[in-house]
Amino acid sequence: MTAPELHLPVLQVVVPMLIAPLIVLLRPQGLAWAATTAASLLSFAIAIQLTTGVLGGHTYQYALGGWEAPFGIALEVNSLSALLLLVLTGASTAALLAGKASLDRQIEAHRQPLFFSAWLLALAGLAGILVAADAFNIFVFMEISSLASYVLVAGGPDRRALPAVFKYLIMGTIGATFYLIGVGLIYMMTGTLSLADMEIRIHEVAEQRPILVAAGFITVGLALKAAVFPLHVWLPNAYTYAPHAVTVFLAACATKVSLFVLLKFDFVVFQHNLLGHDVQFAAFLMPLAVLAILVGSAVAMFESNVKRLFAYSSVAQIGYILLGASMVSYLGLSGGLLHIFNHALSKGTLFLAVMCLSMQYANLQLEHLAGAARRMPWTMAALVVGGLSLIGVPGTAGFVSKWYLLTAALEQGALGMFLIAVIVLGSLMAVVYIWRIIEAAWFTAPAEAPPGAQQMRTEAPTLMLVVTWLAALSNIWFGLVTHVPRELATTAAANLLRHLP
Amino acid sequence: MKVLFGVFLLTLLVITAVAIVRTKNLFVAVMLLGIFSLLIAANFFILDAADVALTEAAVGAGISTVLFLGALALTSEHERTATPHRLLSFAVVTVASLVVLYATFDKPTFGDPNAPVHQHVAPWYLEKTPEYIDIPNVVTAVLGSFRGYDTLGEVFVVFTAGIGVLFLLSARRGPSGRRQTAEPPGAAVGLRHDVIPRVVGRLLVPFILLFGLYVQFHGEYGPGGGFQAGALIAAAFILYALIEGEEQTLRALPQSALNALMVGGALLYGVVGLAGVFLGSNFLDYSVLASNPVSGQQMGIILIEAGVGMTVTGVLLSIFHAFAARDRA
Amino acid sequence: MEFLGIYYYWVFVVVLMIGFYAVVAKVNLIKKLIGLSIFQSAVFLLYITMSKVSGGTAPIFNDEITGLLYSNPLPQVLILTAIVVGISTTALGLGIVVRIKEEYGTTEENEIQEIDRR
Repeated sequence: MTAPELHLPVLQVVVPMLIAPLIVLLRPQGLAWAATTAASLLSFAIAIQLTTGVLGGHTYQYALGGWEAPFGIALEVNSLSALLLLVLTGASTAALLAGKASLDRQIEAHRQPLFFSAWLLALAGLAGILVAADAFNIFVFMEISSLASYVLVAGGPDRRALPAVFKYLIMGTIGATFYLIGVGLIYMMTGTLSLADMEIRIHEVAEQRPILVAAGFITVGLALKAAVFPLHVWLPNAYTYAPHAVTVFLAACATKVSLFVLLKFDFVVFQHNLLGHDVQFAAFLMPLAVLAILVGSAVAMFESNVKRLFAYSSVAQIGYILLGASMVSYLGLSGGLLHIFNHALSKGTLFLAVMCLSMQYANLQLEHLAGAARRMPWTMAALVVGGLSLIGVPGTAGFVSKWYLLTAALEQGALGMFLIAVIVLGSLMAVVYIWRIIEAAWFTAPAEAPPGAQQMRTEAPTLMLVVTWLAALSNIWFGLVTHVPRELATTAAANLLRHLP
Repeated sequence: MKVLFGVFLLTLLVITAVAIVRTKNLFVAVMLLGIFSLLIAANFFILDAADVALTEAAVGAGISTVLFLGALALTSEHERTATPHRLLSFAVVTVASLVVLYATFDKPTFGDPNAPVHQHVAPWYLEKTPEYIDIPNVVTAVLGSFRGYDTLGEVFVVFTAGIGVLFLLSARRGPSGRRQTAEPPGAAVGLRHDVIPRVVGRLLVPFILLFGLYVQFHGEYGPGGGFQAGALIAAAFILYALIEGEEQTLRALPQSALNALMVGGALLYGVVGLAGVFLGSNFLDYSVLASNPVSGQQMGIILIEAGVGMTVTGVLLSIFHAFAARDRA
Repeated sequence: MEFLGIYYYWVFVVVLMIGFYAVVAKVNLIKKLIGLSIFQSAVFLLYITMSKVSGGTAPIFNDEITGLLYSNPLPQVLILTAIVVGISTTALGLGIVVRIKEEYGTTEENEIQEIDRR
């Protein structure tokens, strides 16, 4: 391996992180956006390079400062990290490329350098979590990404974002502190912070109470950050009132990174060592996953604000991912991990389409979007493609992951029948809420032109539309040419399951 | 004797915490929070955590109190609503505390040198620091070098908070926000009309600055380092601002300088890390910075601590000015 | 000494829960942030308590005195970081509260919800 490739894991984090302070100094109009987008593209390129290496069978290891773990901090990039890194950097780049016009409208020019600096810090923080192999290191980068996302969500003109982000801050900090308590208890019993080392040393102390309580704290803390039902309450308002480009970015990846940590801890550290813990994991998380799917989709069916509708849909989709993971089987885990990728594609497309709509429609309530298809046909068509992928129609990316989940449920016997019913019911409810949007856009006559709408151009800006369509088409592409995400997901699932006795 | 003292401090801690939660006057709550932080710092000190005690005192009791008071000046001092659902909250909290107490039953004995937490990694640090880094303060060695990547992250957390507050408080204000206090010309600025604070404060400021610089550069030999130093230097400037007024302080150290400190400090840390890459080794490996690896380590630690101190000073002062400026016009 | 050890852990639990209670039960936003601060400080106490070695001293070498027992430096490093993270979160939280006061005219959660409902 050539020298630069050796450093790829740390560069994935350092590139956005060190460019962020420089952005603060960029006063000229539009330069901050350009520099941020360039940095995001560079990070995407690094992620692709890492994925290529991982698909070739290589697992990247890196010892920071030259000190080997557990004495120093180590990084590790395997197929699970690569899958999520692609989602993260891809979502960031797409949101930035598409979002220029929207962000220019929602963020005042003199504040943009600070805003974009925070964007890169969020990207760096999330990337830092994905390449980490040390429990405390995860905490530090979790806080970087959290603080930066609070800034991003609070950036828009809607004042309701402020109480929403305050709630997000409180719940997020409680989650991070619970995680810290859990790590502290594990450290108290094992004397190490490196995940690989913990897996070995925890074996001697597995039965003792602090470890069990630590597992509980870490799970609850990460569940808070991942918006697992019923701890999801911060998500709908935060996603609804954030600037539209921010919603595209966060909806695609923010909560999934916390799920990544949860899965890593659970499979690598806990399941292996705590007797019967795999039963506990399934018993605890599966009902919550089912509730997330049913309640999230149900509320979405009755929601009239398009952004909040999709936010509740996200809560349901996180339920699907957890459902797959809680089945603790090769197919189930692969399906859950694949759904991370596919949900990013479908939800990303949907929120990109919403951003396009927002350029013409100030009010995103369904009644106000009547007749949108006539004024913005391209946008609505992209939205429909994203919606089909969300439902899981064959030929779209969403179908592949739902298929894995269904086949995994079939393995589960009687319980599996119930799970299949839940998955199908969730998809049917998705049909309902997507249909409501289609009905408003195509089959309802518009009242009159929305106030302040431009008469000349009725569609969204070109760059935004192009990126939205690229995202929509990628849903179809990855629904037909599935081998890259599937290979990453299945290898990652096999890796996680390898840790089980 | 030690046991009695420890028990006394801990009990005082609990009483203070209860008082903070119960009082309806937020000014009182913030003052008590300062006392709470000092008590915790005292506890850290008797638990042999000297660096941590210094940081908790400087950051927790010092800076945190200033920030809360700044926010209180911009909002209101009284908590209006009585606590709803008291019983439910108590129930939830009681259940949670029983769970956590359950965890403490199997924990290792307090102070036992054979506990797992003191095996494996910790003795390695104590043993290898003289060999690889050769500085007396092991905490700085671990913070700056062995776990330097965490500290890099920490600097960027501080940086994020700084730009976050600057971003939030640069927004054009909504309808209900404007304060109509126009200062009449020639009015008293800061505390200039109060003789005692002015005289004593002016005497103290240079000493605090000097102490801050001492803490910055002696972090390798005793308790100290970039974070504590940054907090102390910021505190010196805040004291100056309280006495002489904010405009005078901005003339002494303008916002552009603060921005340069914030950005420069974070980048300095990153560049030192990248230097390791360009000189053929890994990111944040300081051994390659000089011909002798041990000197390289020491130089690396001095440089990154400087970066930390710069960023912390810049961020804390910027946040203070952001709150203070919101009060004007 | 054994009593002191147990007392440390019990105080940790009590202070943790006092802070947690303030965060969930109180309505004033600044009170919530104060509670969050107390909650985090309790966690710091947990880590530092476990780092203490009986008869040990702070992990700072002294050329003249050798053969000393030292307390564990690692939790101290972790908590140094955690303290700074805590103050950063508090600062950002206070910035948000100030903006809320400007936009809504109040810092009580129930009043804010009332205004948004209208």
